[in-house]
Amino acid sequence: MTKGTNLTKAAVFRATGIGKSYPGVRANDDVSFAVAEGEIHALLGENGAGKSTLVKMIYGLVRPDQGQMWLGDAPHHPADPRAARAAGVAMVFQHFSLFDALTVAENIALGMENPPPRRELATRITQVSHDFGLPLNPSRRIVTLSAGERQRVEIIRCLLQNPRLLIMDEPTSVLTPQEAELLFATLRKLAARGTAILYISHKLDEIRSHCDRATILRHGRVVDSCDPRAHTARELAAMMVGSEMRLIDRTGRRAGDMVLRVENLSRSAPTAEGTALKGVNLTLRAGEILGIGGVAGNGQEELLAALSGEARSIPGSVTLEGRDLSALGPEPRREAGLLAAPEDRLGHAAVPDFSLTENTLLTAGARKGLVRRGLIDHAGARRYAESVISAFDVRIPGPGTAARALSGGNLQKFVIGREVMQAPRVLVVNQPTWGVDAGAAAAVRQSLLDLARKGAGVIVISQDLDELLELSDRFCALNEGRLSDPVPTEGLTLDRIGLMLGGAHGMEEARL
Amino acid sequence: MMIDPLSVFLLLLSAATPILFAALGELVAERAGVLNLGVEGMMITGALAGFAAAHGTGNPFLGFLVAAVAGAAISLLFSALTQLFLANQVASGLALTLFGLGLTAMFGKPFEGVKAPAMPTGPLRINWIVWLGLIMVPLIWWFLNRSRAGLILRGVGENHDAAHALGYDVRLTRVTAVAFGGAMAGVGGAYVSIASVLQWTEGMTAGAGWIALAIVVFSNWTAPGVLAGAWLFGGVTVLQLRLQAAGVQVPVQLLSMAPYLATIIVLVLISARQKFSRRAGGAAPGSLGQNFHALR
Amino acid sequence: MIQLVPRQATSTAWQVATPVLAVLATMVAGGLLFAAMGHEPVAAIRTIFWDPLFGPAASYSRPQLLVKAAPLILIASGLAIGFRAGIWNIGAEGQYIIGGITGGAVALAAYPADGPWIFPAMVLAGMAGGWAWGMIPALLRNWFGASEILVSLMLVYVAQRVAAWMAFGPMRNPEGFGMPGSRNLQQYPAAANPELISGTGAHWGVVAAAVAVLATWFLMSRHIRGFHIRAAGTAPRAARFAGVNPATLVAFCLGLSGALAGAAGLFEVAGPAGQITDTLGTGYGFTAIIVAFLGRLHPVGILLAGLLLALTYIGGELAQLTMQLPAASVQVFQGMLLFFLLGFDLLTRFQIRRRVLA
Repeated sequence: MTKGTNLTKAAVFRATGIGKSYPGVRANDDVSFAVAEGEIHALLGENGAGKSTLVKMIYGLVRPDQGQMWLGDAPHHPADPRAARAAGVAMVFQHFSLFDALTVAENIALGMENPPPRRELATRITQVSHDFGLPLNPSRRIVTLSAGERQRVEIIRCLLQNPRLLIMDEPTSVLTPQEAELLFATLRKLAARGTAILYISHKLDEIRSHCDRATILRHGRVVDSCDPRAHTARELAAMMVGSEMRLIDRTGRRAGDMVLRVENLSRSAPTAEGTALKGVNLTLRAGEILGIGGVAGNGQEELLAALSGEARSIPGSVTLEGRDLSALGPEPRREAGLLAAPEDRLGHAAVPDFSLTENTLLTAGARKGLVRRGLIDHAGARRYAESVISAFDVRIPGPGTAARALSGGNLQKFVIGREVMQAPRVLVVNQPTWGVDAGAAAAVRQSLLDLARKGAGVIVISQDLDELLELSDRFCALNEGRLSDPVPTEGLTLDRIGLMLGGAHGMEEARL
Repeated sequence: MMIDPLSVFLLLLSAATPILFAALGELVAERAGVLNLGVEGMMITGALAGFAAAHGTGNPFLGFLVAAVAGAAISLLFSALTQLFLANQVASGLALTLFGLGLTAMFGKPFEGVKAPAMPTGPLRINWIVWLGLIMVPLIWWFLNRSRAGLILRGVGENHDAAHALGYDVRLTRVTAVAFGGAMAGVGGAYVSIASVLQWTEGMTAGAGWIALAIVVFSNWTAPGVLAGAWLFGGVTVLQLRLQAAGVQVPVQLLSMAPYLATIIVLVLISARQKFSRRAGGAAPGSLGQNFHALR
Repeated sequence: MIQLVPRQATSTAWQVATPVLAVLATMVAGGLLFAAMGHEPVAAIRTIFWDPLFGPAASYSRPQLLVKAAPLILIASGLAIGFRAGIWNIGAEGQYIIGGITGGAVALAAYPADGPWIFPAMVLAGMAGGWAWGMIPALLRNWFGASEILVSLMLVYVAQRVAAWMAFGPMRNPEGFGMPGSRNLQQYPAAANPELISGTGAHWGVVAAAVAVLATWFLMSRHIRGFHIRAAGTAPRAARFAGVNPATLVAFCLGLSGALAGAAGLFEVAGPAGQITDTLGTGYGFTAIIVAFLGRLHPVGILLAGLLLALTYIGGELAQLTMQLPAASVQVFQGMLLFFLLGFDLLTRFQIRRRVLA
């Protein structure tokens, strides 16, 4: 394992002893690393390891409490992002910093210090996007673009400034594998021109195949620095998490009778940004886990809403154990045994300002007898919250704690626990481990497997392909509101999945 | 009954002017992402301050200047609440309206029954403030759609998190936009007292600020749309006054409901269009009415 | 440098403390304002906040407290439920006026009949009128997405004109020598809303306000519908996930607050006001918004806030008589109170920390 920085090329960016605290959290502690010219440098770490805070300091969004940064030979302490951009730092955000109602050109102009006049800017956008094989129409509005195209806007915005250091925060989380390949080809071209690239991710495979160096963060500190190509994914994961990953027990499940049938489920897009569901068919048997993969924004939320009862559908489209639920709302569906846990923990699956006790009332009122003839049994709700907290190892002071005070992992364990402990016939979950630390993710996955072992049917909607391969018995892809036919997960490769998910987002056009 | 179309149009222009100013100001504030329900309070403040200054100095234009300053000044109370203390925008706007109505009722007593100085008319027998309002329409359109500052303002209103991430000062942008809205509402209010009614009476803006808010929705958040809305409103007002003057067999109280009912009808039509159209994104700024707070 | 740090849960202590702080700050700022206008500030504050209860003329003004507080509390109880759900009915003034008219219409139609059914029928008609006026913005929002804020507010102006039309036209007292305004219901025993216990000022509206406080407390803290309302206000998607139908909620909240405001209007028309006039609306509907916020949208808080603002009304009248303070100073006071309240509210949601820069 080699330590220290690569000395053959000049360091474009250096940081020494960076520290940053928030009330109750030490986000970064004594962080030192350097990025060389033409290098793709990975910043690797779990959720909450301090990667985002670190790059926000480089980009001037957050000020460090301690430490020094240099860009080239000059000290780098930007007062705001504009100062950082002027110094030659550009950044592509994880959740895009784009303005939906504005055009591509307007978005790009907002990201530049001194944009050229409108016509000239439009020509340059067309030019640069063509050079890099990322075609873009400058007059289109952002709302009309796919996730991949939106990312192109961010990248072009950066490229037009000829940055010395380009920061990319989890750029592939919204891309299909093919789109990700295209992105790496672009990054390679840039690196070849001498741009230093700081690449943030927790995806081990892409870092191993595309990055020159990796700095690994854990709990806000640098725990290692290495050449990722010389290590296995397991070794990198061990550095990142600090111990060997927990293995999951998939045994002891048997497929039973059919519990859920979805037939020709269609629904127009609920909002202008939403996705329409187009003739979705699926069947689910007791004891089975069905995995549904897909890139964000292809109808995942809409599918969950159509199953949870937040959206109704035509008669006969959703049938649970022979009973037609399609006209019923969430509450009667729960009473029938169809439960769901949406992706967005704070604000959808739970009310942020409410205590965990109150949050049990959101879904468990009927099945757990917490609400009778409209009257709330507060003591019963508290007891149920306590039982979820202890059974799912939710680490908080007590059931009176507000949901927003919980870490992502703890809240997710509570949300999943709240549904699992109601003994559903079918549980539908969307992104069950998104933004959750490894320990909690393993616990959540295990609880879904255990639920299936007890004879419930489980549908896991996720963008994490590894998770779907690990959990599900059958796999289908959701693409622009259409669900593919299921294939057995056994023997399925990432390449094959990529093809099932692909075809979307103008991939053909992008390859020109 | 003879109605000369030109004179009717001139009346319409005059009736539309207070609303036009207030709605253009609110348009800019809303494009920056701030929903300020205090328009009525800022208008009435401008109406009194402008009237007092015009009466005191004998110069109506000085009155409009003072009205703009007063409107902008009182809007800072709203900005302090929403931008500094992160208070709910709906409640803060209401507070501004209630406060403005009370404050002017209290300080307006000495000015009751006093006459305003005469307004000199400009080209085409139209007074200068009406001209100013008409000129503001293309100016604000140009500012919003063609200038760099307008682009930043729209960015802040569309997605304040992204604007902040790019290094723009969300709070400063919004305070400035709200102050501009206040100045415009102040001028609009002063038009009522100085140029239209020619005296001061308590609560004289009579809901014009609220109608201006509705017209911003009607305009689909564009400056030409605001002009169309203000003219529509002006037309209904003039028609209603003409019918009253002509002695139509409908009680005066019912006729005078017309502007408010027209506002509701227009609001319903336009909301329905926005609701049922499938145009992506909609027209309302993405961050409208939401407060922004960043940890540094 | 001062930094705001969001609290993980809203602070209960500050929830209680901020209204008190806001009242104190309003007294200080109001005192300064009066001083600037050349009045003795301490005397003015004492006249407004102390004398109505304990001053020389307290025996007259004390009963007024319940008379003024009842409509405020009744209306604010309904408004608070909607505000909790993020549904902004700011047209309670209009619902109050219409309730007064429809309830009063029953009495005028029944005149001069006698019977125990008349007064209850008036109350029901008043509630129905307020409910219907509140349902207009509710339905327009549900069907077309029109802003309930603007529609309900516009309907205030319409209602004021309906009242004027009624007072000058269809409901004008035929024995009133051409004066605008309906018959005086206080002189029509079957329809009157008299003082129930002499010297307290308590009429049926006071009873209704007490019932409203208890009922809304029960709804908001014990019933699942209250839970859903609170959830919808802070996390609408979570409420939908729980099974709340947003359209039903809009209709429920606007309808309920409209009915309560309508009842308040009827009690006023049949009691203290006595008749339907063009000045039927006296601003209770707007002041009730301040009451709802000052009471932190909590029934008990609304009870206290309603009494406090009733006090400022009476104290303001007193100060007008004894100190020649302008009548509108009460309005200014109320506006300032809301400002301070909204400003101090920061303390319930954020901690203020001093940051030492490295």
